Amino acid sequence: MFRVQREDFNIGHELDRLATGDHSIGGVASFVGLVRDMGGPDRVSALTLEHYPGMTEKKLAEIEAEANRRWPLSASLIIHRYGRLEPGDRIVLVATASPHREAALAACHFLIDWLKTDAPFWKSEETARGERWVEARAQDDEAARRWRETGNSSG
Amino acid sequence: MTSTDCRRPVRPDAGQRPAIQQDIRLLYFAWLRARIGHAEENFPKPAEVNDVAGLLAWLRDRGGRYAEALRDLSVIRVAVNQDYVGPDHPIRDGDEIAIFPPVTGG
Repeated sequence: MFRVQREDFNIGHELDRLATGDHSIGGVASFVGLVRDMGGPDRVSALTLEHYPGMTEKKLAEIEAEANRRWPLSASLIIHRYGRLEPGDRIVLVATASPHREAALAACHFLIDWLKTDAPFWKSEETARGERWVEARAQDDEAARRWRETGNSSG
Repeated sequence: MTSTDCRRPVRPDAGQRPAIQQDIRLLYFAWLRARIGHAEENFPKPAEVNDVAGLLAWLRDRGGRYAEALRDLSVIRVAVNQDYVGPDHPIRDGDEIAIFPPVTGG
């Protein structure tokens, strides 16, 4: 299950809903991504997220299907926002539920790593020196590659 | 918006008549959109363009903003019909081709 939306989301409400009604679920793992301002001369006053409608949904569905193929998940959720956000605002929620914590934690880690390199979103930051597009990080590619190489739940 | 929005319905008698050429649809995102100056354009596939590498070369040959935006292909990603593809991927009539920098979501 995934949503692409401009609006904020309520973490407690979303996690509650993910596990409600299925008493075989033993744990829910989650990751929340926030707009960051590292301070310094390039202080970020706001961030705008752009995406590719159509392909975004296609990629999120594929990423989620892959997580469900690799791990025995009872439920999973991705919410990704777009539009203009300010430091401290929530950008993304990834949550996974499973009978066992190992599957939930690993699948949650996998989902955020793959989402960062496969889902077509782009960030543009507003700083005192003007607007700048965030550059992709080599570490993100490396994190996603690790999962590709394992190709199974052992990663 | 889906990859099929711009396609006309297949005509049952298409085999008997000259094919209607469907435009290719080009989409640009992030700084590529900003540098090229628009988000989308539609035009008939140039006869000499057969694959992604050929399309990028054809766009660069337009010069100006295109040549500038597409100067360094190591920071360009391409999706055809909403799937990531490499330079050898074929381009066909009616394809939706998106050109953008490496993604930075999450």
